[in-house]
Amino acid sequence: MGTVGRGARNRLERNDRLVRLALLVVAFSAVSVLLIITVFIIEQGTPIMFKYGLKSFLAGSSWYPSEKVFGLWPMIVGSIYVTLGAMVLGVPFGLACAIVLTEFSSKRVRGVIKPVVELLAGIPSVVYGFMGVVILVPFIRETFGGPGLSVLAASIILGIMILPTIISISVDSLQAIPPSYREGSIALGATKWQTVKMVLLPAARSGIIASVILGMGRAIGETMAVIMIAGNAASVPGSLLAPVRTLTSNIALEMGYAAGEHRQALFATGVILFVIIMVLNTVANVTASRMKGGRRG
Amino acid sequence: MSGAAIEVRGFSQDFGGVRKIHALDLDVHRHEIFGIIGPARSGKSTFLCALNRLNDLVRGSRHEGSIAVDGSDIYAPDVDVVALRRKLGMVFATPVPLPRSIYENVAFGARRAGIHGRDRLDGLVRDSLEKGGLWEEVQDRLGTSALKLSGGQQQRLCVARILAVKPEFILLDEPTSGLDPISTMKIEESLRKLKKDYTIILVTNNTKQAARVADRTAFFLNGGLVEVGPTAKIFTAPDDKRTDDYLRGKFG
Amino acid sequence: MKRRIDPRTEQAVVRTVLWTLTALTVLILVYIIVFILRKGIPALSWEFLSKNPVDMGKAGGIFSTVVGTIALTAGAILIATPLGIGTAIYLTEYTWEGPVTRVIRFGAECLAGIPSIIFGLFGFILFVTKLGFGWSILSGSLTLAFMLLPTIIRTSEEAIKSVPPVYRTVSFSLGSTKWQTVTRVVLPSALPGIMTGVVLSVGRSIGETAAVIFTAGSALRLPTSLFSSSRTMSVHFYILAREGISMPNAYGTAAILIIAILGINILTYYLMNRFIRRYS
Repeated sequence: MGTVGRGARNRLERNDRLVRLALLVVAFSAVSVLLIITVFIIEQGTPIMFKYGLKSFLAGSSWYPSEKVFGLWPMIVGSIYVTLGAMVLGVPFGLACAIVLTEFSSKRVRGVIKPVVELLAGIPSVVYGFMGVVILVPFIRETFGGPGLSVLAASIILGIMILPTIISISVDSLQAIPPSYREGSIALGATKWQTVKMVLLPAARSGIIASVILGMGRAIGETMAVIMIAGNAASVPGSLLAPVRTLTSNIALEMGYAAGEHRQALFATGVILFVIIMVLNTVANVTASRMKGGRRG
Repeated sequence: MSGAAIEVRGFSQDFGGVRKIHALDLDVHRHEIFGIIGPARSGKSTFLCALNRLNDLVRGSRHEGSIAVDGSDIYAPDVDVVALRRKLGMVFATPVPLPRSIYENVAFGARRAGIHGRDRLDGLVRDSLEKGGLWEEVQDRLGTSALKLSGGQQQRLCVARILAVKPEFILLDEPTSGLDPISTMKIEESLRKLKKDYTIILVTNNTKQAARVADRTAFFLNGGLVEVGPTAKIFTAPDDKRTDDYLRGKFG
Repeated sequence: MKRRIDPRTEQAVVRTVLWTLTALTVLILVYIIVFILRKGIPALSWEFLSKNPVDMGKAGGIFSTVVGTIALTAGAILIATPLGIGTAIYLTEYTWEGPVTRVIRFGAECLAGIPSIIFGLFGFILFVTKLGFGWSILSGSLTLAFMLLPTIIRTSEEAIKSVPPVYRTVSFSLGSTKWQTVTRVVLPSALPGIMTGVVLSVGRSIGETAAVIFTAGSALRLPTSLFSSSRTMSVHFYILAREGISMPNAYGTAAILIIAILGINILTYYLMNRFIRRYS
């Protein structure tokens, strides 16, 4: 009949079970790495925060490592300013591209814009920073004054850098809307733009918000480009044209030569950054899953 | 060997608590073409997939009762399911050639069974394609992609594919439902020739096909067996009124 | 009385605005690429690619950085690909949606969102310091591998899910074991999609700087072993530009980077086309 003895069958079963177990172990590699990263960053970074007090760490407005003054407030503000600036630029441009890509362009045009967006995503951050240094910073300096290395420069470059994120996720959420929504609206006599404005954008709202939040996460986490164009002065920027230092720059600039408590303070900066990013990403994922899973009505 | 080729006793199958087949009792005799007719959702395909335990792959599947092939219970604990599926080869409603060459499609099952070596495989492929009625049309392009064949050719390829693993039974689930009349005729012709060496179970929603080809026919309704018997009798003088109604087209 | 804008006028205005913004986006990219290539290609030559940097990079070529980039990328891909594909196979073929898969996916999603500087820190703490590998290709590859893991998992999973379920049924019905079905039917069909993910990861790895500086260091010498510190092209570019060592060489390095990225994107398109053509 095609039976196997008890031993052979158990071997087949055992092999299958071994494969499944091996793959399970492999599958947990991502989770394990995440856990290890969390553990190590926290382990290295938190002792000094408690030594100097969380409040002085977060709210202190001076950063003089040589004198053991570790106040992260200027960098926190810097990160916030620069990220907000990036959103101001990135979201309108990004949404515009997404809408044009999904609703207003022919197949041929789409075949041009889509690769362009993907190419934008592939350009290394150091190249973006370089372009900022060579083109944007002098332009700002000559047109608006100030050192050129500024919040404005960082915002513009970061805004460009997060475009692919916002565009691709927004495109996905717009494309996920069933054609019947569009057809129904057009059938009622609406123009394409009215359809977009009143039917599609609201329907894609969770996805678009998720893309914005993920874009924010990218902007906050960006290091190399910001270091090159933001000026890196460890003080709260007074205007758009003032130099600024972000949390990421703080780490990258001084890590090379920091030692002892200074180094620990940089790890602590990493902890703060890590927490912010984790919160942002969780919020983004929750919003995104609402886009995928819970459409009502 | 005495006894029917397949003996089904009180067999029921559930998926996730929903019962799809109720307490089936039937026999399939060796070297016959056994037809199964009935309206949609009557459990015909489910029954077929129970015979080669393909239903086991569905999460939450449970069964009761027994199915014996050649006298052995196919659900016994020491059964080699992989060998069972070679023994009962299945052809599906939509031809599904794998995305590879004609040769590789036919050789696929044999390779998995451990048969290697160009000579053996060459002979096996040719033999199977001949029995499946496809050899003449493809003999000089065995290396080309199977996806380029017509629907009817693809289905004959699927028959050849299972023949290559030397089954004893051929299970066909509405094999010609999407095909043109000529391909349908060619496949029915192959089945008549194959009956000599194999036992064939043919599920079809085309009652005329069962009338043309099957030796005995069973009528399924709502997951249960209504009636089974020689095809001629089922079609001319069925015992059960429901069978009669179905054949007259009063429902289905 | 409320003034109503004619919807068609509104649409015309909005369309102009949207297209302008889109055109600007496209122009920005074109400008960047043209700019770098225009200034960088003159600096390129066979010497540039095959000679080592001299005098901190002021003269000579970028050979050692090319080797460093290749070594680091290869190492990262070699580690991340089996892990990523294995995870994807487990998620799609060997289990069903439940708490376990949710945890795994959550882990991968979170990992995807961690900025490169944090990976750099982590790599520095664990590989360079605690495990004692020092600034080395080994540390760099391991760190990069974990950065690439989420991408490979995601693209592999999508590719595997796109394989028509009937292929699996047919494979089983012909007497295959689960492992045979996975390796002989599912993976070969999913391969172009999986390769796309790998190629994209290669592109990302080439351009990565922050994580690399803190784990592989920035030694200019030609690396001799896994434990050698090594500089990648993007790190080299960064240092040249920031320290103002040599603008022509900086542009040249940037040009190589851009050309590599362009090549990778083209390769990705080619692979995706093959993937789509298979099922049409």
